[in-house]
Amino acid sequence: MHKLLQNAPEQEIMLLGNESLARGAVEAGLAFATTYPGTPSSELSLNLFQISQETDLYFEYSTNEKVALEVAAAAANSGLRTMCIMKHVGLNVAADPLMTLAYVGVTGGLVILTADDPSMFSSQNEQDNRYYGKFAGLPILEPSSVAEAKEMAKAAFELSETLKEPVILRTTTRINHSSAFVTLGDIKERNTKGEFIKDPMSFVTVPAVSRKLHVKLLENLDKAQALSNRSEHNIVTGAGKFGIICNGVSYLYVQDAVKDLGIQEKVKVLRIGFSNPMPDQMVVEFVKDCDKVLVIEEGEPFMEEAVRSIAQDAGITVSIKGKGDNLFSRLYEFDPAMVKRVMASYFEIEYQAKIPVDTANLPEIPQRPPNLCSGCSHRATFFEVKQAAKALDMDTICPSDIGCYTLGFLPPLSTGDFVLCMGASVSSSCGFAKATDKKVISFIGDSTFFHSGMTGLANAVFNNHNFTLVILDNGITAMTGHQPNPGVDMSLFNQEGYNRISIENVVKALGVEHVTVIKPFKVKKSVEAIKEALAFEGVSVIISKEPCALHLKGLKLLKPKAFTVTDRCKNHRDCINEIGCPSFFLEDGKVRIDATTCVGCALCAQICPENAIVPLKK
Amino acid sequence: MDIKRLIMVAVGGQGNLLASKVLGEAALICKVPVRMSEIHGMAQRGGVVESAIVFGDASSPIISDGEADLLLGFEPSETLRALNRCNKDTTVITNLAPLPPFTVAIGKGVYPEMDTIQALIKERTGSLIAFDAMELAKKAGSPMSVNIVLLGALIQTEILPLTRESIEQAIKTRTKQAFVDMNLAAFNLGFEAAANVA
Repeated sequence: MHKLLQNAPEQEIMLLGNESLARGAVEAGLAFATTYPGTPSSELSLNLFQISQETDLYFEYSTNEKVALEVAAAAANSGLRTMCIMKHVGLNVAADPLMTLAYVGVTGGLVILTADDPSMFSSQNEQDNRYYGKFAGLPILEPSSVAEAKEMAKAAFELSETLKEPVILRTTTRINHSSAFVTLGDIKERNTKGEFIKDPMSFVTVPAVSRKLHVKLLENLDKAQALSNRSEHNIVTGAGKFGIICNGVSYLYVQDAVKDLGIQEKVKVLRIGFSNPMPDQMVVEFVKDCDKVLVIEEGEPFMEEAVRSIAQDAGITVSIKGKGDNLFSRLYEFDPAMVKRVMASYFEIEYQAKIPVDTANLPEIPQRPPNLCSGCSHRATFFEVKQAAKALDMDTICPSDIGCYTLGFLPPLSTGDFVLCMGASVSSSCGFAKATDKKVISFIGDSTFFHSGMTGLANAVFNNHNFTLVILDNGITAMTGHQPNPGVDMSLFNQEGYNRISIENVVKALGVEHVTVIKPFKVKKSVEAIKEALAFEGVSVIISKEPCALHLKGLKLLKPKAFTVTDRCKNHRDCINEIGCPSFFLEDGKVRIDATTCVGCALCAQICPENAIVPLKK
Repeated sequence: MDIKRLIMVAVGGQGNLLASKVLGEAALICKVPVRMSEIHGMAQRGGVVESAIVFGDASSPIISDGEADLLLGFEPSETLRALNRCNKDTTVITNLAPLPPFTVAIGKGVYPEMDTIQALIKERTGSLIAFDAMELAKKAGSPMSVNIVLLGALIQTEILPLTRESIEQAIKTRTKQAFVDMNLAAFNLGFEAAANVA
């Protein structure tokens, strides 16, 4: 049985934040879940996927976040408790249904989990998704700890059904990817039988209906405000003339800092867990007898601006600070010592910070950037595209996309000139091809192609653009931990009842006239085929098909046959300098191959000018 | 209860996430509150994996620069890179078996001398326990047990509020059944190595 399904109330187990969120949803009787995988939320989806294989929970990996939210909106409006999971930038994709779903509302509880990524550990920006709550007019809950994540996930379903609105459950990386003991609770029975009661005047958002729905949404926001003011998620602790208002993981840093600074008698803390609408009366009560107030929140001054506005409205003139010089930054995540330092400085408390050792004068430590894996087919494709473009003497611009292959921009492959968001490789190619006279070659993965590459390609064909799109089809959503997508063979997951879409057929159906499928580990053949595609005037597509080596390894389907460097090597080092596989290392100035990591893709063997790289004889 | 802060740094694939799990389980056995946080975005793509583990009555799951009581490095150059997490009193434990990053192979960096690494850590921190954990892991039966060897050294210092028995118990429940005996041997070898070095 899946560990999150155990019916063992009161038992304490160690859970990852994402597991805690999944367990909270299970305890709430979650019946329906949709997602597009994205760090730091991926393990939450993975656990629900596993749970769905043992129960009647419906779970799907949807093709993108907009689709995921629309599927979820229907389930929730058929009365089912539904969760829709995505990383922060995913909500940008889902913003269209989000804004109007707020008007329509839900009948069954709908929790939209958005995982923000301050410091951008694995994201292209660090946007603060609390503004989506304000923008759409939806309530937001924000847990501060792993244990609270479970409780809030449960509470979010209740809140959603009380208000008949979706609830945004907002986490950050440090919640999703921290672990702590969590006490299990009872599991509510799951209702998976939905019913949709037709009511066009509530569900069909033509202008006449939407005008009424907007009135309803604002009334719901008033109700939400009243709930926020008496919410158990908005907590006041301590007593004193210094006020701290904080949220999320910052609350933990504040708790530690208050203890470390010994200011328990001087400080009171308002932890906001229900952050939209802000609890205005609570804020007034809290700040009115403070000497000064410090707002501690990662990201944007969301609460700070609200608190200042609430105080102004109530005629309170106490100093309220948060972001600014010598205070907190809008950049990156916080840490305990930083929070302690700013609190001490703002409240004028003396303390002795621990001093990090002096790291000046350390020798330069070689960088360890992430690299494409040994045996990764993307490496071969990038190398071959560069060779083909060089042979044709083409000056190129290479837009890339979001996935493992984004790493292709690093040397020595150095392929990747422009990355925005999912799908932008294809659409930006249209722009670069028109705006410049360079040859445009763009790269997109299989999952990203289904997510939002297809629409860009339709645009390219319709508007008759001129570029080559390389679809790196490794048969899996690799970057986020090997999730399925519509092109994946689901028998690899021992799953039945799925269909599989051929990328080649899709591309042809979209009207692309020049379509080539290559096997990237056949170097010469691939380079020739790529040259033809590059020379084509118009939209050409190359599909580079080879399974992800890391995924095969996980499935125990990889049969590594390591290669070795023989004495024929004359140290040209094309292998290292051109393809940079991590299995290479230098020993006494000679190139060697680590037989424990080499999987035998034979790319290096095919480019060695001395044919010095051969299979290792056992 | 005293708060103890441990940073573990490793290269993807060295098994520091399993080491965290074993420590978490041992903390549960010893009834010690524990919070952990890990950054492993690109771990499988050869990047650095960092875990922060806070034992005792603290709320935060992460550890600021200068605030680690213990630094456990699975790879010597990564131990050196994480030195900003230490203060003058920190105890540092490091494996001495290097895994040179790929940048060294392409001539974009020079791997520091092992003696230099040790001297630099020693002169700036409270104490250093350094040994070849890979050699001991092989002796125990598999290079994969390097994580458990290092846990042996970690527990030998008696800085964490965890008993030797609790770790052995956790090894039995949290590592694969077929490897339990090997892991117990690896743990013991690391424990003895730390006792001899110190």
